Amino acid sequence: MAPTPPRDEHDEYDAYAGLVEAGEETRWAFGSGFDDPLAGVDVSVPPGADGPALAAYCLMLGDDALVLAQRLAQWCTRAPELEEEVALANIGLDLVGQTRLLYARAAAADPSVVPTLPPGSPAPPEDRLAFFRGPEEYRCVWLVEQPNGDFAATVVRLVVFAAWRLTLLGRLRTSRDPVLAAVSAKGVKEVRYHRDYAARWLLTLAGGTVESRRRTEAALESLWPCVEELGRTDDVSERLVADGVAADPAAAFEDTSAFLHRLLEEGGLRVPTGSPEPAPGTPGGRLGVHSPWLGSLLEEMQGIARAHPAGRW
Amino acid sequence: MSEVDPVWPPYEVFVRSKRGLNHVHVGSIHAADPDMALRHARDVYTRRNEGVSIWVVRSADITASSPDEKDAFFAPSGDKIYRHPTFYDVEDVPHM
Amino acid sequence: MSAEPTAPELEGFEQTLAHDQRIEPRDWMPDGYRRTLVRQIAQHAHSEIIGMQPEGTWLTTAPSLRRKAILMAKVQDEAGHGIYLYSAAETLGVDRSDLTEQLITLRQKYSSIFNYPTLSYADVGTIGWLVDGAAICNQVPLCRSSYGPYARAMIRICKEESFHQRQGFELLMTMMNGTDEQRAMVQESVDRWWWPSLMMFGPPDDASPNSARSMAWRIKRHTNDELRQRFVDMTVPQAEALGVTLPDPDLRWNAERGGYDFGEPDWDELDRVIRGEGPCNEERVTRRADAHREGGWVRAAAAAYAGKQATSA
Repeated sequence: MAPTPPRDEHDEYDAYAGLVEAGEETRWAFGSGFDDPLAGVDVSVPPGADGPALAAYCLMLGDDALVLAQRLAQWCTRAPELEEEVALANIGLDLVGQTRLLYARAAAADPSVVPTLPPGSPAPPEDRLAFFRGPEEYRCVWLVEQPNGDFAATVVRLVVFAAWRLTLLGRLRTSRDPVLAAVSAKGVKEVRYHRDYAARWLLTLAGGTVESRRRTEAALESLWPCVEELGRTDDVSERLVADGVAADPAAAFEDTSAFLHRLLEEGGLRVPTGSPEPAPGTPGGRLGVHSPWLGSLLEEMQGIARAHPAGRW
Repeated sequence: MSEVDPVWPPYEVFVRSKRGLNHVHVGSIHAADPDMALRHARDVYTRRNEGVSIWVVRSADITASSPDEKDAFFAPSGDKIYRHPTFYDVEDVPHM
Repeated sequence: MSAEPTAPELEGFEQTLAHDQRIEPRDWMPDGYRRTLVRQIAQHAHSEIIGMQPEGTWLTTAPSLRRKAILMAKVQDEAGHGIYLYSAAETLGVDRSDLTEQLITLRQKYSSIFNYPTLSYADVGTIGWLVDGAAICNQVPLCRSSYGPYARAMIRICKEESFHQRQGFELLMTMMNGTDEQRAMVQESVDRWWWPSLMMFGPPDDASPNSARSMAWRIKRHTNDELRQRFVDMTVPQAEALGVTLPDPDLRWNAERGGYDFGEPDWDELDRVIRGEGPCNEERVTRRADAHREGGWVRAAAAAYAGKQATSA
């Protein structure tokens, strides 16, 4: 007796049924699904902590993440192999997720940081902060603003950034602000993976071919001047360190440097010398003074949102 | 660049999707070495956090039975060579 | 690969198909079956990878952080889907690098829909709604394709793709609830994408030379015209829910047939686009070729590094 073929169940598949189902947002990768990133979280500022300073601090960390995510998005369809396309997008997604949490924290800690739009604009605070602040209001470091360059430059930037951010977020897990502590605890897991991904690539490129080594050395030379800025402190950080809210920039930088020096040594790479950028004594990204690259990056990122200040997306 | 483009070899990927289940074959990726293969497998096949553990093995290192030996080898249980995953747990797929 | 059919082999193959069971990689199969599959799976994989481009350009301009995250996840999925499909094709004895070579030297095709430009952010929504919707109609039956690895890749892809379509519809719905300008953007976008979406099902059945054989081999399970009809029937109520007009004066319900009558797509246009005369053919292939070529030194470095590690271990 011949077996009856099973009924072609897929024929009944209604491709549109998925449109009306709710609650499956978790299907999206890496935190892209939530609408209010801090929904249900107590966002009151802890007693004795300075709300405006906390907001300014969260904007610094959020701006770093968003600007680097934007740079990583520029790799899309240009990565050296399809698997790296996926990897770079994962990192970008993590950073956008961190941005949203940090902006939401900033807006809750001090609503006055959120740009005002014409009445009736439905843009949520996180989007006002991302799309309606000019370069002078951004507080990111110069490192993340620099253009992508080749894959070696992207790897060098990423390993420096992730190593630094890991030391910051690692310390912030014990911040006196419970929201920042929770956001950091989540971020540590992500950023550790970013650092390991980039560190592994750095060793691979350093030890690969003559060409990959040459490109890696060139990338280190060109980006290293932006490393010094990561160790600087600023008024906001200083005040919050004293309150037990922020991470000590100098201590975090020391750990970062130690990691990077070990890594370069393992790859047989020389630590570059050369004058730091922004030049010592001049205000850097944390004070709103940026390299020329940030302006064009923001212009591209913000164009559509600004053309439709009352738009719904 | 004129030199021949070196091809990263394929690795087969096995994912344990939940504690208590076997690792199951889900597909393959390309990588230069096992370490990179593991990272690529994590990024490609568990990017929605579907897995708790991943194995990778170079495709060339798999010894598979040949379908010709089916009778002797697999008598009542059906073939289960590595390319015949049971991973796709159909109940999981919406509308199926 | 010699596949001179001996009686028992061919009989075994046909028995497997007759019982609606799957052909697996190490099974004997006719050369024509293998060739047809390689061509179809490769074309499908190329479509995923080329399909990243029209949407990828909006990653850096997405007007909200939520949309940016969703689009990053979506474009990343497409890279993932390309990898699943190349992986399925490789079980038939071809290499991804060879297939990539065939794509960038124009010897293999990809879906001609991706040769149309994306002109506004509404196109991100329309691609999700119409293009991914049409793709799902095409792909769901392929989950029961006779070739096991292809069918399994398709199950994974369809599962992820329903979210793609949903985000597109949701974006359009949100924009329709926004400003007049946004509503006009949505309508303009739907006007441009409607006919190309109908063409995604391929030429009419009487002009589709390979269809019959693919159906007999159960690689394909429905004709082009059947799938196109299904797509129209599912889409019209969705368009009404959105409040957009589909640009076809002949579109009307036919109670007798229990389906919608619709106008004839411009098949000459489809021929032109398939021949490479579409608005973006050259741009798409050049971008892919450049990324592949420019990534060469990175792939070489990783291979060299792996070789050195293996010998020093």
